[in-house]
Amino acid sequence: MTDFVAILYIVAFALFIYGLMGLTGPRTAVRGNWIAAVGMGIAVIATLLTPGMGNWLLIVLGVAIGAVVGVPSARKVKMTAMPQMVALFNGVGGGAVALIAWVEFNSTDGYAHEPAYIAIASLFAAIIGSISFWGSNVAFGKLQELISGRPITMGKLQQPVNALLLLIALACAVIIVAGGDSGFLIVGLLVAAGILGLTVVLPIGGADMPVVISLLNAFTGLSAAAMGLALDNTALIVAGMIVGASGSILTNLMAKAMNRSIPAIIAGGFGGGPAVASGGPKEARPVRSTSAADTAIQMAYASKVVVVPGYGMAVAQAQHTVREMAKLLEKKGITVEYAIHPVAGRMPGHMNVLLAEADVPYEQLKEMDEINSEFAQTDVALVIGANDVTNPAAQTDPSSPIYGMPILKVNESRSVIVLKRGMSSGFAGIDNDLFYDPKTSMLFGDAKSSVGEIVEELKAL
Amino acid sequence: MSPLVQNLAVLVLAGFVGFAVISKVPNTLHTPLMSGTNAIHGIVLLGGLVVLGLGVDGVFNKILLVIAIAFGTINVVGGFLVTDRMLSMFKAKKPAPGEEEEK
Repeated sequence: MTDFVAILYIVAFALFIYGLMGLTGPRTAVRGNWIAAVGMGIAVIATLLTPGMGNWLLIVLGVAIGAVVGVPSARKVKMTAMPQMVALFNGVGGGAVALIAWVEFNSTDGYAHEPAYIAIASLFAAIIGSISFWGSNVAFGKLQELISGRPITMGKLQQPVNALLLLIALACAVIIVAGGDSGFLIVGLLVAAGILGLTVVLPIGGADMPVVISLLNAFTGLSAAAMGLALDNTALIVAGMIVGASGSILTNLMAKAMNRSIPAIIAGGFGGGPAVASGGPKEARPVRSTSAADTAIQMAYASKVVVVPGYGMAVAQAQHTVREMAKLLEKKGITVEYAIHPVAGRMPGHMNVLLAEADVPYEQLKEMDEINSEFAQTDVALVIGANDVTNPAAQTDPSSPIYGMPILKVNESRSVIVLKRGMSSGFAGIDNDLFYDPKTSMLFGDAKSSVGEIVEELKAL
Repeated sequence: MSPLVQNLAVLVLAGFVGFAVISKVPNTLHTPLMSGTNAIHGIVLLGGLVVLGLGVDGVFNKILLVIAIAFGTINVVGGFLVTDRMLSMFKAKKPAPGEEEEK
């Protein structure tokens, strides 16, 4: 590496850090993102200026394929599908690391003439990268609902199998470092780590997926940093490590918001899998259903309405209609606020993004701690496609798999109207007692058309 | 000081920078932030560029690296674009007409 390239790298990661600092505030975030992107551009150009670069055709080919695949998919993806898109982009990053490590192995005859630390760093990157690639693809499949969101477990075999896979991967690594140069070793390592990625993520329930994506994001960062050590490339080390550190913090924050510990999530299943079925007695409990007209009247005579948006609203793309409804209510002098659970949607902040898209004023978005004390003064709580985050069992029923998870205390408001397609359980697969509360009435149907009907009724009033 | 030790020093310091910068982000921006950091670890693209550009033997290795570069590019380009789309939702309510509007 020449000094010139090294200096450009320093400029690049100064821009990364400055850009990330920008991402900490809504005002500076857009600029921050572009500053980081410029940093990335400089880092790429610097690398291409490294003396002795060749194989230009192949490089252009690779970049072109990546751009052709990446740009349209990033442009077209719906806002609701963002989490799985992040999972996918994260996965390919991990995959890239694993592939580079594979090539390193092949082209150095199993690190024959390299110092041990290079072999160790490169193999570490290979294991983590492979786990991240396959794990992220499962996460994508679950969120995209290509794979069942329910935990898929092997029961008691789960932990031994995972431990065995990890051992196989590590054993391959140890043999390689000790001098093994058979191509089967590296393939065995990548395959074992890949299967480990699958078996670790498959048993995790869909509700925990954001935490997993965040964790895999941190993993990919670490694997990039390790690859940087192996390749003696400062840019990789710095950028990878920053992502590794930030991803760990973010993972922790998300897990805290859901009152789940990271080890418990990784150990698999929501509350261990079988507990998912224990939704209490399954006899048909009475549910009150209501109509759009009644809902409109009830809200029109309220003085305070709190909207509790959930993933159902996001899927139905109802945020604009909800905003319209809120405007009508505000015209009647009714206070409208939005209660945002930290993990509403499928990731922290996801719901804020969607509501901001519909021009909901920032001040009306209330975080959980702030709004929970206000439910007692709320006349109508309108729950739109949210389920698990409103389930009072999280506070009252120690046998519930989500016991201890912080919830929005919707059941404290004077009346509750739940907009929902049907009586199916939520993402965590648990029955919700809120629906059977005498104060609760259900408005069945697609969230968007239901809210649309309410808007019509409000206009007619 | 060997290159390993130098690199380890950089590694440790970068870790602390990551902690310091990130711990101040408001809840609302967590998803965009995750997406932004996701884009940054697309830096692995450089690894692919270096290894391929400085020369490897064998068609198989070259194929692997082209795939790795394609993956890295998807990570970088997709990551920054998606982050930008998320963040544009938080923009001030009166953007200059015609500018930054989606397509």
